[in-house]
Amino acid sequence: MSAQPNRLAAGGQVERGRPLAFTFNGRRYQGLAGDSLASALLANDVHLVGRSFKYHRPRGILSAGAEEPTGLVQLGEGGRTEPNLRTTQIELYDGLVATSQNCWPGVQLDLGALNNLASPLLPAGFYYKTFMWPPAFWQPVYERLIRRAAGLGRAPVLPDPDRYEHRHAHCDVLVVGGGPAGLMAGLAAARSGARVILADEQPALGGALLAEPAAHPGQAWRQEVLAELAGFEDTRLLPRTTAFAYYDHNYLCLVERVTDHLGPAAPPQLPRQRLWKVRARQVVLATGAIERPLAFAQNDRPGIMLAGAVRRYLHGYGVRPGRRAVVFTNNDSAYATALDLAEAGAEVTVVDLRPQAEGALPAAAAQAGIACRAGHGIVATEGGQRVKAVICARLSADGTRIEGARERIPADLVCVSGGWNPTIHLHSQSRGRPVYDPERGCFLPGLPVQAERSAGACAGEFGLAACLAAGAAAGAAAAEAAGFRASPPDWPAELASPAEAPARLLWQLPAAKPEARAKQFVDLQNDVTAADIRLALREGYASIEHVKRYTTTGMGTDQGKTSNVVALGIVAELTGQPIGELGVTTFRPPYTPVPFGAIVGRNCGPLFEPVRRTPMDAWHEAAGAVFEAVGQWRRPWYYPRPGESMATAVAREVTATRAAIGLLDASTLGKIDLQGPDTAEFLNRIYSNGWSKLEVGRCRYGLMLGEDGMVFDDGVTARLGEQHFLMSTTSGGAARVLAWLEEWLQTEWPELKVYCTSVTEQWATLSLSGPRTRELVALLAPEFDLDPQHFPHMSVREGTIDGVPARLFRISFTGELGYEIQVPARYGLALWARCMALGEPFGLTPFGTEAMHVLRAEKGYIIVGQETDGTTTPGDLGLDRLVGRKKPDFLGKRSLARADMGRADRKQLVGLLPRASEDLLEEGAQLVADPNQTPPMAMIGHVTSSYRSPSLGRSFALAMVQGGRARLGETLFVPMPDRMVAVTVTEPVFVDPEGERLHG
Amino acid sequence: MADARLQAQAAIVVVGSGRGIRLAERADLGKLELRGDPQERAFLGAIGRVLDLLLPVEPGSSASKGDITALWQAPDRWLITCPLSDVPLFAKLLREAIGPDRHAALCEVSDGRVAFSLAGPNARDVLAKGCPLDLHPKQFRPGRVAGSLLAKAEILLHCQAPDHFDVYVARSFAGYLWAWLEDAGLDYGVLVAPS
Repeated sequence: MSAQPNRLAAGGQVERGRPLAFTFNGRRYQGLAGDSLASALLANDVHLVGRSFKYHRPRGILSAGAEEPTGLVQLGEGGRTEPNLRTTQIELYDGLVATSQNCWPGVQLDLGALNNLASPLLPAGFYYKTFMWPPAFWQPVYERLIRRAAGLGRAPVLPDPDRYEHRHAHCDVLVVGGGPAGLMAGLAAARSGARVILADEQPALGGALLAEPAAHPGQAWRQEVLAELAGFEDTRLLPRTTAFAYYDHNYLCLVERVTDHLGPAAPPQLPRQRLWKVRARQVVLATGAIERPLAFAQNDRPGIMLAGAVRRYLHGYGVRPGRRAVVFTNNDSAYATALDLAEAGAEVTVVDLRPQAEGALPAAAAQAGIACRAGHGIVATEGGQRVKAVICARLSADGTRIEGARERIPADLVCVSGGWNPTIHLHSQSRGRPVYDPERGCFLPGLPVQAERSAGACAGEFGLAACLAAGAAAGAAAAEAAGFRASPPDWPAELASPAEAPARLLWQLPAAKPEARAKQFVDLQNDVTAADIRLALREGYASIEHVKRYTTTGMGTDQGKTSNVVALGIVAELTGQPIGELGVTTFRPPYTPVPFGAIVGRNCGPLFEPVRRTPMDAWHEAAGAVFEAVGQWRRPWYYPRPGESMATAVAREVTATRAAIGLLDASTLGKIDLQGPDTAEFLNRIYSNGWSKLEVGRCRYGLMLGEDGMVFDDGVTARLGEQHFLMSTTSGGAARVLAWLEEWLQTEWPELKVYCTSVTEQWATLSLSGPRTRELVALLAPEFDLDPQHFPHMSVREGTIDGVPARLFRISFTGELGYEIQVPARYGLALWARCMALGEPFGLTPFGTEAMHVLRAEKGYIIVGQETDGTTTPGDLGLDRLVGRKKPDFLGKRSLARADMGRADRKQLVGLLPRASEDLLEEGAQLVADPNQTPPMAMIGHVTSSYRSPSLGRSFALAMVQGGRARLGETLFVPMPDRMVAVTVTEPVFVDPEGERLHG
Repeated sequence: MADARLQAQAAIVVVGSGRGIRLAERADLGKLELRGDPQERAFLGAIGRVLDLLLPVEPGSSASKGDITALWQAPDRWLITCPLSDVPLFAKLLREAIGPDRHAALCEVSDGRVAFSLAGPNARDVLAKGCPLDLHPKQFRPGRVAGSLLAKAEILLHCQAPDHFDVYVARSFAGYLWAWLEDAGLDYGVLVAPS
């Protein structure tokens, strides 16, 4: 544990009495509660944090906020480890563990730094030029190399142990940013009675005021405003919350770091992070501005920081990051840093690109005795893992050349300011088009596309008073637009900042060394230099989008928050085009990286996806069923007995059903109740077959076609009354079919009087099949008359079982004598149990979906979505009898009349018997007529269903084959990777083709 | 024949502090889905006489009298709730009121739709974790009804009282939604009480 050499004796919002221990690269340090990891490292005089992406150059902490390109670490260990986190935004907690990234074996001695020696050979586009040849090397060699070198930190390999949550919220006014403008906007809106959400990414609200000394009058004002805001019932303050995405219809996503600052001490019931999904009537963007670096030579050494950030460390954290400072600026604002550093006891020299520095702040600096080199620039720096000195020189009047003698100024801290970029990311995400303001030298928000307005520094209003005024006006205007009466609040007159003289924009700076070795970094994270950008232009990349992609400027985890505009400026200077005409690359979500955990929320583990359970699910589970997912439903797949394989269990279930009785839980099939005088006519139009003549008490199988004439769903529909039908649909099609029916009723046939109600979940359905079924049903439902004369195949009766309302259907999906019993869902489990008890003497066997598939396939019954694929007509399935050609119209009728539908070589449903009876075809396998073709072979069909049939004692399959019905008896071939399987084409019905069992 | 409650809690279960929300299945609630023409005064009148209340026709509204509630679901669609034991009687009376010639439809859905009662000072906070509706007390007031999503389940949400909601969900989703609610209430505390 070491002392904190850079911690000032007083100042900052840190808690002096609460020291916190943390570990960086295995070494223990001490910081204070209220520190960021960056401020704690700087307090300990640790500037070297990581290595750069490409050249592995030593890199330090540049900023104090979200824009940080280089001060990135791998935080935490095991399942909690997270890469590429910005030290500037990590709140220190006791026991924090962080390590440097992109270096081996360590950050101080990094072998990857050999790349730096070779850097003249690794310019922009190096990858594209180098990893081209030979092509065979791409995947096995180059891709592996590149993947190893790519990225900075390492993704965790263990499951994330933390909890993440989502939360929806609605408000009248969402204020993004809690600086002077944001606080003012929030206050104006809150006072009007509007529902306000004010979010800020920092732990404390205050924005730029956090970089001001404690004596600044803004601090007292800030506390007063926060106290007032906290008193509004409908105002929600969200510190530690980043608005990272701005979508359509004023829908924004925010991520709140709920317990990150507590580390492992966080209470377990709280989420680590919370994703807010906010619908805002009006949005006020008060996102501030990000300071711009200057692209001078060797500007990447640790100890070179943004000037505004240094003030933040001084006043926010009581940390003075160095003792001998050079402030390098093109504008007035950095003089405040110079003054404060001098006040804090540092030796300070200012290097100003402007020939004269004449604003109020430079005057104050001169008065304080701070040396200033006006009209100078830094042309080189010295130092290895920390800056040691700068070389500065007078520049020519146009700024392109070094004119005077070079002066070496020793320095362990360089504070840079190249002006300020308004943070326009969210405005851009909201589809606003930023415009360049040549006067202020920055991009400003353009016309709002959504209900948003920008206020304060993010709109180019840089002084404190200007920010307060803009925030007050924007907050009031937003509240008014949301329907409230609002007026801009007042603020104390002493809240003002000195007027500033204009900046001097010099995008390219002269360097002491030749271009290739000047190392004027534009993008510190991706190691893109001014020379790389010049190279891209020389090679013909004129569009800024191309320059960006070729050089990778702005493409890292920081998305170029400090580099994009500098790169644009250089391109503009080189091409002679105004910056505004080059355009700015589009910002996309997220503003800063968001952990996957926050995006997933609680949709993981058992809550990942709803599992729909039938009323009899508990019985299946107790019986040891193996389940199959059918959409969201879970259905018993088969019920293995101890020691049974799936194949044995399925064979047993099929055999028992054919020989005695099988019981299937069919509750998942869709059920739609249809009532109204026009229902039969409606069914005539919806189904391809006819319904007018269906008698009450009878059922009919129907095919539903799309307008394209293709089979879309099927099922049995029963006529319960003259105007009352019950439609059944496939399990997966239930919701789709109901929506389809409603669409036709509501949009095309409003004259038809039909009401559709989904009753799928109201009824539990037990499906019994097998030769002895009638005997069992007689015991189970004695009130029903089962005499086949009165209750033939394809009929329905309503009655009661044990006083419970029940519907009994005589239908079959297995080809055996079959009954389906429906009772209200709450009785399903009890009826199932009774059925099992009463059925035992008959050899009743529960069967799952696999046996059901075998049973139906043996009968050639299709399954929509298995035999059909959206290109299958009734005729293709051999179901022409279900097409009511005499009906005036039905959905798909016109399409069925197309010439293509009558082609003899359409794929048609047939059966297949593999030559070897044990050979099981693979579903989806292709069929060919001539096995001796050279690939690619002419494929004439595919296997749709393939099973072992206990009834046949052999394997069989269903298939869709071109002109299949004319090929009965032919031999076709299924080419497999290791062999060629010969199959015989047959009729698709393998068991009881006459249907005697059904009607027994 | 024995019926089965989905969340048959014989005992009280406490998650966390147990103070934030109270969760229960309203297993004894009967539900009927009614379809009919809201423009037809005679229909509204006939139904109104049986239920002793006027069917709500304003979108998102409901009407309640005694233990009978009618929830607006769509312009021509209502969910009527009453004690489960009264369903056969109400179904009969409503069918008679509709009569043989009027175009209207009645289906019992007591089993198909499960009702959870969610009450307590943090009920709205828990719902807001999974429901995109604006649940502000001034917006979603007592008596309001809305179809929406709660997590990944389709629901009908009815505000009974400022801190009391009924959540209707299809039976097969009930287990998922119950688990989700218990989980979502973790930071406020959940008291699971038999209804």
